[in-house]
Amino acid sequence: MRNTLRQVSRSANFMIGFVTVMLILLMVGIYPLFNPGSPLDMIGLGTFFKPGTYISMYDAVETATAYTLRIDDAAAKRVAAKLPMADRESMKRWLIAYGIAEDAIHTDDLNDLLNLWNNTYDESARPAGLTSAFRKSVARIDAALEGLLEPLDVRVYTTSPETGETRETARIKDNQFINVSEVVNTRRLWLGTDNFGRDAFKELLAATGVSLKIGLIAGVIATALGLMLGLLSGFVGGIVDDIIMFFANLFTVIPGFVLLILISYSIGQEQRGATVVAAVIGCTSWVWTTRSVRAQTLSLRNRDHVNLSRLSGHTLPRILVTDILPYIASYVVMALILQICSGILAEAQLSMLGLGPKTTETPTLGLMMFWGMTYAAHQNGAWWAYFPVILMIALVSFSMNLMNTGLDQVFNPQLRS
Amino acid sequence: MPDIMMNGAAGRDHVGELCLSGKGVTKVYGMGARRTVAVDHVDFEFRKGEVISIVGESGSGKTTLVKMLLALTSVTEGDIYFMGGKRDITTRQKKHDYWRGIQAIFQDPFSSYNIFHKIDAVLLDCINMRGGKGFSKEKKTEMMSEACKFVNLEFKELTNKYPFELSGGQMQRLMIARIFLLQPRILLADEPTSMIDACSRATILDMLLNLRAEIGMTIIFVTHDIGLAYYVSDTVYIMERGRFVEFGGADDVILRPSAEYTRRLIQDVPKIHEPWDFTKRSPRAVLT
Repeated sequence: MRNTLRQVSRSANFMIGFVTVMLILLMVGIYPLFNPGSPLDMIGLGTFFKPGTYISMYDAVETATAYTLRIDDAAAKRVAAKLPMADRESMKRWLIAYGIAEDAIHTDDLNDLLNLWNNTYDESARPAGLTSAFRKSVARIDAALEGLLEPLDVRVYTTSPETGETRETARIKDNQFINVSEVVNTRRLWLGTDNFGRDAFKELLAATGVSLKIGLIAGVIATALGLMLGLLSGFVGGIVDDIIMFFANLFTVIPGFVLLILISYSIGQEQRGATVVAAVIGCTSWVWTTRSVRAQTLSLRNRDHVNLSRLSGHTLPRILVTDILPYIASYVVMALILQICSGILAEAQLSMLGLGPKTTETPTLGLMMFWGMTYAAHQNGAWWAYFPVILMIALVSFSMNLMNTGLDQVFNPQLRS
Repeated sequence: MPDIMMNGAAGRDHVGELCLSGKGVTKVYGMGARRTVAVDHVDFEFRKGEVISIVGESGSGKTTLVKMLLALTSVTEGDIYFMGGKRDITTRQKKHDYWRGIQAIFQDPFSSYNIFHKIDAVLLDCINMRGGKGFSKEKKTEMMSEACKFVNLEFKELTNKYPFELSGGQMQRLMIARIFLLQPRILLADEPTSMIDACSRATILDMLLNLRAEIGMTIIFVTHDIGLAYYVSDTVYIMERGRFVEFGGADDVILRPSAEYTRRLIQDVPKIHEPWDFTKRSPRAVLT
């Protein structure tokens, strides 16, 4: 036993997979401690906020101290942000049409461009070859340019609720800065928010936890059922074998996923919690475990040590548990890992079809994808609402398969290097 | 192997009443196109205290017969009689009682042990089976030490060890120690020496025959080695394709064989002082 564990721990494949799964589990467990509250709280009023740090504007003005920093390119950056490249190209196009030589226009040098523009632009001019829609859009750009180079102070006014008197409470200059750590309310949304305005990162971790739980329940049920039926079928043989194999063949012929859809549908939305879905997945995926355990048991049951155990008067359960099970234990562990992995995938598939666990109570990886798809996250360019989910599913199943490959290399003498 | 001959010869004086016999015992595997008759209506009478050999080549049905005798597989047709009455293994308890009277040693000592259990477990099982479940730990250890001593093993060196830490010969000797503890009336030895090196082979046979002298049991050797059968047994049964083609006293069968199959088996035994002569073998034997 100890020797086997040592061999397993030396397998690079297994350890990479194992550490990855453990890290995921660790994050799932620890993150809620730093960021308490339900992962399904709709904190954002609006859909698909971009990932980033969100700072309370109110608190920034009210509570944080203002520091004056002289930063040379601050103004340039501000102007650049207000005047995107597309607008500058529009300006350039107007200027060329107006008769300025193309060499004299530098869209990269903002000061130069603005000087040229302010000296040249005439709203009433009608350069040839420009549509009136384009002229109007250029006029809008021109209006926005006002005061761009000489920024005005931003004034903050408050109205006293008692006297109704309005007075200036803050005046913010263009070179004033605040220290983000001094702002009372900031929120880091690593993956922005989803369509409901939930913190997508927090939701992703909670969903991973639930999905792993579903996978574990489904895997344990499928493996336990498969193991029990396989052992009985292989060891007892005869009519028991025939009956079990009849059902196993039946389940093999009917595509498992169709069965899963039908059962999930017939259970109904109300009863379909995460555990129920996990149980349904488990009960439909025992077949191949049964078949392979049966095959292994068949080859073991005529071994001398089993015969000797029978001659010693041991009961059937005892023979199965002490003389057969230890020999196929490594195989069963591998089957369990694969079943957990396929349980997670089956839940994702079901949820994508809207037949997964009941919505609005628990997030699962499949449900997050379902929401992302239903609310057209992919069309809105909100990659953060679905891509990390895909990545997480891939990571979990990849690392579990890696663990399995590692175990196979340890237990399968033909693959041992 | 002078010891073995002496022991074998000594046993021949104590032939007593019937202990295990069968009438029309048949085993059929599969059905339809895959129907195979492994054992075909065999009759046999094994007497108390005898050493009996069942000789045949691979696939002749020896192992199937052994399994039926051990109640490890069902009998398709025919009856087996045990200790004067028809064998009754209908309930678990009756089967358990039957196994107290008949035990086995198998061919491959390496696969006879559960590799996950320590050696002590095998011997403790035997003590429990003989009703020693309530014995004190000291008493059990003493019994195990005695059994190990009988087969020239030191219990102190074996305790807490796993089977893979033993040699093949040691494993097979421990199997005999198991029989020593169980003290069955009949021992079925299914090629007990075929996987053992030649030096250990004599020791193992010697121990088995000593054990018979000690506890007065019947030994049924199942083997493909007709030479070994001649050395150790009183009665020899020759089995070919599921049937007994010849049986009788060892001297009668081996020295004056009547069946063609027996003659071939005897011819195929290599002789140390003669050159190996292929021409003497039957055409079929050469082909196989």
